[in-house]
Amino acid sequence: MYAQGLINASGDPNAAETTEQLARFQARIDAEEKIEARDWMPAAYRKTLIRQISQHAHSEIIGMQPEGNWVTRAPSLRRKASLLAKVQDEGGHGLYLYAAAETLGISREEMQDQLLSGAAKYSSIFNYPTLTWADIGAIGWLVDGAAIMNQIPLCRCSYGPYARAMVRVCKEESFHQRQGYEIMTTLAQGAPAQKAMAQDALNRWWTPSVMMFGPPDTDSVHSDQSMTWKIKRFTNDALRQRFVDATVPQAGYLGLTVPDPDCKWNDAAQHYDIGPLDWDDFWKVVKGGGPMNRQRIAARQKADDEGAWVREAALAYAAKRSVLMEAAE
Amino acid sequence: MSDRARLPLWEVFIRPRNGLAHRHVGSVHASDAEMALMAARDVYTRRGEGRSIWVAPATAIAASDPDEKAEMFDPADDKTYRQPTDYHVPKEVGDM
Repeated sequence: MYAQGLINASGDPNAAETTEQLARFQARIDAEEKIEARDWMPAAYRKTLIRQISQHAHSEIIGMQPEGNWVTRAPSLRRKASLLAKVQDEGGHGLYLYAAAETLGISREEMQDQLLSGAAKYSSIFNYPTLTWADIGAIGWLVDGAAIMNQIPLCRCSYGPYARAMVRVCKEESFHQRQGYEIMTTLAQGAPAQKAMAQDALNRWWTPSVMMFGPPDTDSVHSDQSMTWKIKRFTNDALRQRFVDATVPQAGYLGLTVPDPDCKWNDAAQHYDIGPLDWDDFWKVVKGGGPMNRQRIAARQKADDEGAWVREAALAYAAKRSVLMEAAE
Repeated sequence: MSDRARLPLWEVFIRPRNGLAHRHVGSVHASDAEMALMAARDVYTRRGEGRSIWVAPATAIAASDPDEKAEMFDPADDKTYRQPTDYHVPKEVGDM
């Protein structure tokens, strides 16, 4: 039940939480019970989820931009249709997620304001430009591939509405990753210039994709509590390792090289090792210093401003019609 | 607080195919029922997930209170005489 008027009955952040309430809540989590919108929950659990789900929704919505950039220049009708469908899916994912966050007592309008004002963040990956068609392949393969690794465990998240939204999202992401890899395969098997374009895209998207899992476990502020609440099921580093292990052989199949001289198979660990990551750069991009941060928010603001009259007109029409219908009764 | 126009919330129910009941799938914001149906179609049925859509204003749904779960549902738990397995049928009679 997503009804907005009913939620937040017990969500007053100022209400004192007794040890007993907290223990009972944790016992439900430990028993793998799902928490639903109107159930009692600690204010911090609610706050963490609002932050995470809205950030996730914003990422989907902002993520439409780097790919939308290539819709009109896709190399064939099939590629254009599939890219358009993918971008539409991202919009849909954003909407499922905004709806899930709304069950926690925040309105979609508040979330949109937080995005536009910079108060809310989104995935730093979308602050990089899509310079060539190969970037569309690399995004589908790497960015959506990393997103899937992150999102599959979220289907089992303790908060019911988020978990259900993620089930839908994951089903659709699989198409995204496969269409990306197909683009990469075509380029990698094409003319030398095409293969070079694919390698260049991999060079630019690899590190940001590996960083999508967030800071290392040693520096991750929110990780421990989120694991205890079963919002998160695996740590950032565990998911990152899983992504690297799955993706390096896929690059090998394409005949492309992962741009990390330290990336090699570790037979003892049965994993691929990777070199150190520049987390200062990551934080710089998250906080607004990436190549595209300003353009992304400006484009979002423009779409919002230009859509305002449509929302107002639709509401005016609905109000006028309901008056007419009442008069006719 | 935002000054943007607030579109009402609608709950979306989809029938995957004839023979099955409509099932709650999520919600959309829209100015009226017609727009809510269009939004629900675009958001929730991009891959043939449905053959019929219902939308209802979220404010029109009344829900039971989770804090009263016990009073509401426990009385059904100890009435095993409502279950077929509560009754003994002689083996000779066979399946019933």
